[in-house]
Amino acid sequence: MVQCLSVSFDASFAALSDATRRGVLEQLGRADASITHLAEKFHMTLTGMKKHVGVLEQAGLVTTEKVGRVRTCKLGSRRLDDETAWIERYRQLWDARFDELDKVVEELKRKEKVDGRKKRK
Amino acid sequence: MKNRTTVERASERELVVTRAFDAPARLVFEAWTTAELFKRWWVPRSLGMTLRSCELDVRVGGRYRLVFGDDPSSTDEFFGRYIEVTPPSRIVWTNDEGGEGGPVTTVTFEEKDGKTLVVLRERYPSKEALDAAGTGAADAMGESFEQLDELLAIPGTNARYMG
Repeated sequence: MVQCLSVSFDASFAALSDATRRGVLEQLGRADASITHLAEKFHMTLTGMKKHVGVLEQAGLVTTEKVGRVRTCKLGSRRLDDETAWIERYRQLWDARFDELDKVVEELKRKEKVDGRKKRK
Repeated sequence: MKNRTTVERASERELVVTRAFDAPARLVFEAWTTAELFKRWWVPRSLGMTLRSCELDVRVGGRYRLVFGDDPSSTDEFFGRYIEVTPPSRIVWTNDEGGEGGPVTTVTFEEKDGKTLVVLRERYPSKEALDAAGTGAADAMGESFEQLDELLAIPGTNARYMG
């Protein structure tokens, strides 16, 4: 569960780090659209748009369905529910704390090495 | 490479935090139990708080007390009692600032090949107590995920999120 959670958050952030993909989400918030339509709208090649939609799909933010020759995109069902959100905040607190602890521990390690060398002399 | 911190709600009333450190357990234990070292990491800068005083009497039955904030009149504090101390592998303490209903925290340090896995468990007396604490922690950690939530609920391009 932990792994799933962190992977999906990473995927969401990666997906949202691109202006085109945020634009696609905005567009799909208004209406479902085909990949062809999205490609035209964002002045991109079909292949380029397929890649963007693929990233959004991986993150669970968009779903696609092929009907005949047309692939239609719509917003995915994934939402950050309250529990997921507060657990992630809690994780951020501990992550920040442990980053600092890491520095303290590294310092102790270096100090021990220096002291060890002194003892050997 | 940075080691990853994971959090899992292991049961209705228990949260488990894990993280690996590239150091032997005795050093992590030392950083956890020495007040001058502890105060350097317990309150990360991103939390926007300062730790004004930090007293740790790390032995079975010993007490700890952390006071937050620069304002001397503020009594924002955390305190409790150590109920188990086994150097360098295990510490258990109570969190008594909220009266009854505070969690019991167990941290273990498992050393393997010179690395240490830290596993911290916070066990609350009830599901409701954990839920309430979660809401508090959420408030403390700021609004960034609510913003992300909004973006996902009402899609709109907003460069602020991406820093």
